[in-house]
Amino acid sequence: MTKAAIEITDLNFSIENLSILENINMTIEQGDFAGLVGPNGGGKTSLIKLILGLYKPQSGKISIFGEPVKSQRKAIGYVPQYANFNNDFPISVQDTVLQGRLGVSSCFGRYCREDKVIAQKVMQETEVFDLAQRSIQSLSGGQMQRVLVARALAAEPEIMLLDEPTANIDQRAEKDIFDIFKAINERMTILIISHDIAFVSDYINKVFCLNKTLVCHDSTPVTSDTIHKLYGGHVSEVHHHH
Amino acid sequence: MLEFFNTLATQSFLQNALLGGILASIGCGLTGSFVVVNRIGYMAGGIAHSVLGGMGIAYYLGLNPFAGALVAALLAAIIIGVIKLKWQHQEDTTIGAIWAVGMAIGIIFISKSDGYNTNLMSFLFGNILIISDEQLFIMLLLDIITIIFVAIFYKQLVAISFDIEFAIVRAINVNLFYLLLLCLIAITVVLLIQVVGLILVIALLTLPAAIAKQYVHSIGMMMLLASVLGMIFTSTGLFVSYEPDLPAGATIILVAGIAYFISSLAKSFIRFK
Repeated sequence: MTKAAIEITDLNFSIENLSILENINMTIEQGDFAGLVGPNGGGKTSLIKLILGLYKPQSGKISIFGEPVKSQRKAIGYVPQYANFNNDFPISVQDTVLQGRLGVSSCFGRYCREDKVIAQKVMQETEVFDLAQRSIQSLSGGQMQRVLVARALAAEPEIMLLDEPTANIDQRAEKDIFDIFKAINERMTILIISHDIAFVSDYINKVFCLNKTLVCHDSTPVTSDTIHKLYGGHVSEVHHHH
Repeated sequence: MLEFFNTLATQSFLQNALLGGILASIGCGLTGSFVVVNRIGYMAGGIAHSVLGGMGIAYYLGLNPFAGALVAALLAAIIIGVIKLKWQHQEDTTIGAIWAVGMAIGIIFISKSDGYNTNLMSFLFGNILIISDEQLFIMLLLDIITIIFVAIFYKQLVAISFDIEFAIVRAINVNLFYLLLLCLIAITVVLLIQVVGLILVIALLTLPAAIAKQYVHSIGMMMLLASVLGMIFTSTGLFVSYEPDLPAGATIILVAGIAYFISSLAKSFIRFK
């Protein structure tokens, strides 16, 4: 039997006595394209940061391929929320993507040839290769988002964690990026945070709805009752026709 | 005007001053770039000012004040670094406290020593015209340490400055590198004290790098440009101050400040055109 990519058991997390996550149990199998949805402040980003080992849980266990997170960092690629980004930083697209090689590269000192070859490959995959020498200050939101995806891919991870990767871009660009994710999913497990439950449902094979606790999980059909539990009473149903 | 160049050709004190400015500029270009992109000018200020404590104690004990400065700077860097990493929400109060307490200790010890005024003034505002050969040698050594460190750990330092969470995820020991970066700032502060004094250090540490940032797209280029700009500012300041007998440190800072002002204006003019 293959080990689960991410397994979380009885997880509780709070910041200064304010409970953020309660009693989380979830399993993401290898090859899954899982979506994590829920209201703002529902703990989505905290959960991703717990999986990454950036936060420590009060209780419970998180394993990546059956091992503790710290020993599995090489296996994880991370795309942070674009909104918190320092766009003013003097750095080129290529140098940003190369940062993904840190901790996995076998080269000491500067980035070596192997790192650059891999960076070029992932920049082609995310369609930012033409921008390689450009400064990140000059990029549009959609372009920057792809650069951040390329940076995560440069580590050649087995699991990708993405925090609202399409929050700041228009719907057409959003679809293009999701098509890239779909291609990536052929070779790795993906967990993605999204605000747009209807949109991601076309791509994902598993959904987790989070509002402090898991309101729904796995392949439970998402009904208006679940949405009600997740967001409270003020959601009107919008039917998407595809 | 010729007098400056005549003196430069014959007098070693002016040669040392020019060389001191150039050596200080290398350190300030390298470290200043990280101070600017990390927006930690206030932390660097805390380190710079608390150095007076070390200088004062060393001076009182009859030791070399710059050895005292180096010890105090490194100590302040580590204390400030640990506070930043462990108790983030009290960061600015604590840095302010270290800043002021360091200076207070310095002033008390210097007041109990001979030559209170002249020495205090040269610590606070620098005296580029009395740099000894030995000090030049120490400055060169500190530059070499800085260059080697930055050359080896360039990609890690850039990564923690750009996106510290991503750096953690990529298994970089960010706490260690953050502390080392602050120690690097401490070394640079000591380098700069003789040139412009500890009060004006922050300007020379940040202004050349801030100007450079407006024109380049990598930290490496920023360091190079900032170092060259620093050399231009220190040399120009020295030259301008020489004949009217103005304080060299203050003149250097004024030159750097005017250049920053003009550069920012020009840059925003180009952007809005």
